[in-house]
Amino acid sequence: MEAGKTKIISVLVENKPGVLYGVSNLFRRRNFNIESITVGRSEHEGIARMTITVNEDERTILQVVKQVAKLVDVFKVEELEAGNFVMRELALIKVNSPTPKERSDIINCVEVFRGRVIDVSTDSLTVEITGTPDKIDAFLNLMKTSGVIELARTGITALERGAKSIRIDE
Amino acid sequence: MTKMSGAKALLESLDRQNVNVIFGILGGAILPVYDALCGHEKIRHILARHEQGAAHAAEGYARASGRVGVCMATSGPGATNLVTGIANAYMDSSPLIALTGQVPSSGVNTSYIIGKDAFQEADIIGITTPITKYNFQPRTVSEIPTIVNTAFYIASTGRPGPVLIDLPKNVQAETGEVEITDRIEPSGYKSMIEIDLSKISDAANLLAKAEKPLILSGGGVIISNASDELMQMSDLLMAPVATTFMGKGSFPEGHPLSVGSIGMHGNPAANRLMGEADVLLAVGTRFSDRATTNLDSFCANAKKIHIDIDEAEIGKNVEVDVPIVGDAKATLKLLLAALSNKLNKGEGNAWVKRVKEAKEQLSPLLKDRPKELLPKILLLELRKILPEKTVVTTEVGQNQMWSALYFQALKPRTFISSGGLGTMGFGFPAAIGAKVACPDRPVVDIAGDGSFIMTEQELACSVTEKIPVTVIVLNNSVLGMVAQWQRQLYNHRYMAVNLGKTPDFVKLAEAYGAQGLRATSIEEFQKAVKTALNSEVTTVIDVPIGSEQDVVPFVPPGCGLPQQRGDY
Repeated sequence: MEAGKTKIISVLVENKPGVLYGVSNLFRRRNFNIESITVGRSEHEGIARMTITVNEDERTILQVVKQVAKLVDVFKVEELEAGNFVMRELALIKVNSPTPKERSDIINCVEVFRGRVIDVSTDSLTVEITGTPDKIDAFLNLMKTSGVIELARTGITALERGAKSIRIDE
Repeated sequence: MTKMSGAKALLESLDRQNVNVIFGILGGAILPVYDALCGHEKIRHILARHEQGAAHAAEGYARASGRVGVCMATSGPGATNLVTGIANAYMDSSPLIALTGQVPSSGVNTSYIIGKDAFQEADIIGITTPITKYNFQPRTVSEIPTIVNTAFYIASTGRPGPVLIDLPKNVQAETGEVEITDRIEPSGYKSMIEIDLSKISDAANLLAKAEKPLILSGGGVIISNASDELMQMSDLLMAPVATTFMGKGSFPEGHPLSVGSIGMHGNPAANRLMGEADVLLAVGTRFSDRATTNLDSFCANAKKIHIDIDEAEIGKNVEVDVPIVGDAKATLKLLLAALSNKLNKGEGNAWVKRVKEAKEQLSPLLKDRPKELLPKILLLELRKILPEKTVVTTEVGQNQMWSALYFQALKPRTFISSGGLGTMGFGFPAAIGAKVACPDRPVVDIAGDGSFIMTEQELACSVTEKIPVTVIVLNNSVLGMVAQWQRQLYNHRYMAVNLGKTPDFVKLAEAYGAQGLRATSIEEFQKAVKTALNSEVTTVIDVPIGSEQDVVPFVPPGCGLPQQRGDY
């Protein structure tokens, strides 16, 4: 992911079956690429927030926003203002650790990255890391030598900073 | 609250929306609705012979009348056969409600329910998501009235389009507490956006200073019933009006300031003047690729004002100087008011003279080839015979582009064609639907032999339901438009375009109980059309034409409007 071009769109949608399909299908059909998409409940009952990361130029983003806004189940869609939002991604990483030495090396790394070890077996450790995608990439890079057995990343979720917000009652 | 079945609730709700006709075909999963329709006094059911025909007929009805068209089919193949018609309505922004039966959402027989690949099950909700404005699948009887109201509201407001309601069989059959209301629940749907008055003022300033203003009128002007306002605007600005193909009829093509339709097969005067204008006022158009051709040379010398109700259309294909999001009629009214004290133009200005000159220089060459009927002569002649109020539909291909070039549309909603999707087989069922909407007016489908045969089975519908229309088959025994491309762009390498001399369209018509006529000269053509107009039964007029006639002029792929080739 090119850091400079990454744009984040926040979408408030009706929380019901078929809505995720409608939104993701629109991206496919209009030839827009989704880098990542996260969906979960929002501050409003019955309304979910989708956070969609896209890697497109400004004109395309404008089209994405307008097309998404037309969907009946979408209440609100906005691009997050560049440089004025916080974003996080969560990753669960299962790493090879057959020896005590490797295990302690990994645990040291996890501490530096402020992650947590959430499961241990004789041959592996499962680590939870939260942060920007760059931070997770950096941690994964360090784990290459030990060997990553499984990786699950949530994709980016994000909110605008401070008083600015994307809410229904604005 | 009243106790009634889902099927009854559906019909009561449709009745409340003033639906009086449904085009459809039944099947197992929609039987409860058909049972409720049995003996219904207010809703006429017209039995199509293929669901695609039902959908196109409903669209023809909608576009001729300005009302919402309704079609209905059973689950599975019935529903999937509607898909082409739904996609067509979506591309051309026609208000359409598609009702489909679905296998039960629950029931004692747990292998005959949604998700179990039951008999005649198709995921029509998933299939139609990208080609509808919205779709619904009620799971209880009581939610049906609100769903129907909301479906009509969404289909008919804003930029209109198709909405599908998928009805599980058990929900049609079950009885529940129902309140027939006007309630709608449109979720996040916004039908209207407040018009930005600062943009109106920007547009007025541009137009007031324009020396060569040109109006481009699209299908949105027809949908919004804004032809009067468009005429006032043209009068006020002394601006020529070009239309898109979908805008044909939004401005009378016989008017001195009409320059015809633009595009790949646009009128030469329209295409030429697009490049000469200094301000373009585009209303209700999405700047489709067939209208603009190469964007680099599209209306290259003009500042552009773009009015459209769909915000996503603004800046999608063409970058504009003044974007205005709004309904065509409402926006034109505001713009007229803003302009009325700014303008004072005489009729004799140089631009109007230039328009007149371009139209004279670029008018059709009228010479018949020996022994060959030319579509342009036939269509110019047809305009003379048909009353102004006649509703004309077309099929898709050469017949359609000849109609665009040579058949003048004089009123809104009298020229109905498949513009966006380009669906062969659209014109005939659409003509049937238009005739149902306008029973007192003649309805004529300008067809080609290749297109007509795709939905020709609806002759059975038009004959048995007594819906007389006229089909003029410009019969060149080839799939003419693709043959033309193979001739011009693929070095005469003809592949899979020859249709042969079959069927005999006169006998075909007669086999269905319709009237079949053949015209091999202009005189026979005139006579046949007049006979057809007075006929109480559908008439098919077979008009053999040469198989190597091109639709010209033509803007080759990759070129822009000014690079149009060929004699008009």
